[in-house]
Parts: sequence; structure tokens; C-alpha cells
Amino acid sequence: MVSLILILVSAVFVNNFVLARFLGICPFLGVSKKVETSIGMGMAVIFVMAVASVVTWFIQYFILAPFNLDYLQTIAFILVIASLVQLVEMIVQKASPVLYQSLGIFLPLITTNCAVLGVAVLNIQNSYSFIESLVFAIGAGIGFTLAMVLFAGLRERIDLCPVPDAFRGTAIALITAGLLSLAFMGFAGLVKI
Amino acid sequence: MLAAVACLGGIGLVAATALGIAAKKFAVEVDPREAAILAALPGVNCGACGEPGCSGYARAVAEGRLAPNLCPPGGQQTAEALADILGIKIKVKEPAVAVVICQGGDNLARQKYHYLGLEDCNAAQKLAGGPKSCPGGCLGLGSCVRACLFGAITMTPEHLAVIDRDKCTGCEQCLKACPRQVMIMAPKTVTTHVLCNSHDKGAEVRKYCQVGCIGCNICKKTVPEAYTIDNLLARVNYAQADNAALAIAKCPMKCIRDLVDNNSAEKPGSDETVPAG
Repeated sequence: MVSLILILVSAVFVNNFVLARFLGICPFLGVSKKVETSIGMGMAVIFVMAVASVVTWFIQYFILAPFNLDYLQTIAFILVIASLVQLVEMIVQKASPVLYQSLGIFLPLITTNCAVLGVAVLNIQNSYSFIESLVFAIGAGIGFTLAMVLFAGLRERIDLCPVPDAFRGTAIALITAGLLSLAFMGFAGLVKI
Repeated sequence: MLAAVACLGGIGLVAATALGIAAKKFAVEVDPREAAILAALPGVNCGACGEPGCSGYARAVAEGRLAPNLCPPGGQQTAEALADILGIKIKVKEPAVAVVICQGGDNLARQKYHYLGLEDCNAAQKLAGGPKSCPGGCLGLGSCVRACLFGAITMTPEHLAVIDRDKCTGCEQCLKACPRQVMIMAPKTVTTHVLCNSHDKGAEVRKYCQVGCIGCNICKKTVPEAYTIDNLLARVNYAQADNAALAIAKCPMKCIRDLVDNNSAEKPGSDETVPAG
């Protein structure tokens, strides 16, 4: 139980996917102009990461490992995650139009995102058990959401500030992201696994 | 080798089959007209129709809840395209554009204090009613520029919003963004406007602005049907504005302007100095 909590805290803060591992920078910079959309994106990422880690765990230990096909890990994971997200999108669109409106538009954006693939690969590298994989995936998703929402809040305020012309737009966003990452480095040493 | 091919091929086959079945089983039926309407709309999601975005408006039009001529950015062209898709006839809606009714830039209008806060008109307005002495004048911090989805608004070096009448689609987003209501919607065909938004008495207006309306009634005397004086501020009566341009030369404060033909009167402030203080 304690190790599960440690995995969760480590995934959210210490090894934050965006700000410490630098995975998923594309949606981090692309969909972070408004807090509202960044929350929607974050929820979609949490969901996709949890589902992907469950499925890839089964693929790894029931198909790839028995046949000594570990070297096919990356391509097999991408294949499975992409088709799975497509499938989920279809089902959500049919079953719950409301959920699709708020979550569905973000799903195609993250089908083969490196953060999602990163969760699946790290699960195997750290030889997590099934439950540990799931907790790690959810923690990684929460960490991603946290970084997104913080960054979107900062960007909303920066929009109203008299930024020098040369720094406007992406330049000031990248500097802010760097400072935010530095701040998160302060969590290093919080958890030792 | 064989195991790798079989394994990856197998995963691919299972995924493809599952997706194929799901595409059939979970297909959502959409009104084909809705997709056609959405394709005909400008797709800027400005919300001027009252729906949250173009897809919402497309659904509303397909269901018959909203009329097809409610899209200001699309204008007449889009309205006709939508009517074609629905197979109905529509009435012509006169195009309107936004007009900034202020020409008191930094060189002509006085500041109450030097503002150094957030670059946002709404924030400035909350600080003792804004830095401009005039209660209705343009604050010039660009909230409308950021609100405009079409890049139709620019700021002059004197911090005054200027609207590009060709780019303006009449979506009214700038009216919502402005804390001082210094923008009004007017028919695009009328080009003569009273460019002032201050209801103060003449003596007071003169103290803080060189181009403010003092409510002297001269324009109304010149062309009675084209002007109305409302609470010491002249306005063009847009319904009968054919002869409004005759009063341009008569206005002592030079605050009646033709926005298209700029040469109709000498530019304000060209030969005058900045007011002291």
C-alpha cells in the first residue's frame, strides 16, 4: 500500500511527465491557452493513460514475453494504443454525447502521444505489477493535468501583461515553461524508490 | 521471425476487425444537412448567432430552431448558401459594422492619471473609472483588438481603436469586450458618424478633450432629420442619414466625420498642441 502511494506521488510531482521527464510537450504547449480546455485535455490524458497501461501490460506479459518478442514492444504498443483510443472514441460518441463533447475532441490528439507511450514503456521497464502499472498511469495523468492547468493559468495572465515585443507568443511561453520546470525540480528527493 | 510476423499481424488483424465492427455498430446518425451547413459556415466560432460555435449553429439551423441569416461573419453569401441547403427563401439583412465613437487619442484628450497596470481596458476601468478624464472615451489598451476574431481592429500610436470597415463582419464581440461602450453598431452604408461618447456639458468636455461633442445643436439645425441630440450628445439618425454629411464642415469641435472619405475635413489635432497636464 505504501509503495503504491509512493508511486503515485512520484509520478505526479517528482517525476512529473511534462516538467521533469519532458514527455508530451506538444499538447502542453498547444492546448494550454485556456484553463478550461487544459482541464478537458488533462482528463482525456488520465483516461487514455489508464486504459493504455492496462492493455499494454497484458500485451507485454501474455503475448510478447512468452514468444521472446520484446524488441517489438514499441511498435506493438503504438498499434494497440492507437486502435484502442479510436475504439473508445466511437463508443463514447454513441453512448454519451455529453461526454464526447467535453472529452472526445481531445482523444484523437493523444492517440500516439509520447507521454502515453512513455507510461506503457516505463511500466515494463520498472517491472511494475498490474496494480502498480495502473496507479503509475493514473498518477502520470494527474501530473500531466496539474502541469497543464498551472501553465494555462500562467499563460492567461501573461496574455494581459506588457511583454516586450520580441518575447511575445511562444517565446515567453517557453521561458515560462522552463521556470515552471525548475520549480518542479524542487520536488526531487521527496520520494526515493 | 515467423512468430514476430504472426504476432504483430495477429494484433493488427484483431484491432482492425474490432474497429470495423465498432464503426458499424456504434455509427451515430447525423442529419446530412448539418454537415453541409457546417461546411458552408465561416467556421470562426465567434458566437454572434447565440450558439456556442459554428457546429452548434449548424445543428440549430438543421433542426429548424434558428433562422439561416443569423451569421454576421458569413453575411449575405452564407445566408443564401444555407437557404439553398434548406430549400427556403430568406430576407436580406442589412450589413452592419462597428464604429468607434471617439477620436480623443493621447494627443487630444487628457489623462486623469498615468496608468501602469495590466494591459486591459476592463482592468483600467476598475481603477477610479479609468485613466482618461472623459468618462466615455476610448481607453486604448486594446481589449477589443484581442477580442476581434477577424483582425479588424488596430491601435493607433495615440492609443485609439480603429476599425477596418472591410474586415469588420458585425459580430459584436468588440462591443462585449469594451467596458465603456465606446463602440456602436451602425449600417455599413452610412459613413458619417458623430465620433464622441461623452454626455458631459460643453464647458466640461472642452476641459479634457479637443474633439468632444459639446451639444451645441449646430448639426441638428443644419440637417434636422439626420441628427438627434440625446442628453447633450449628438448622434446620427441612421434611418435618415442621407444628408448627414452636410453638417461635417459646420461642427465647431470637428467631431462629425466621414469614415470613408477622410479628406472631407481637415484632420483634428494636426495644427494643435497637446493640452497641458
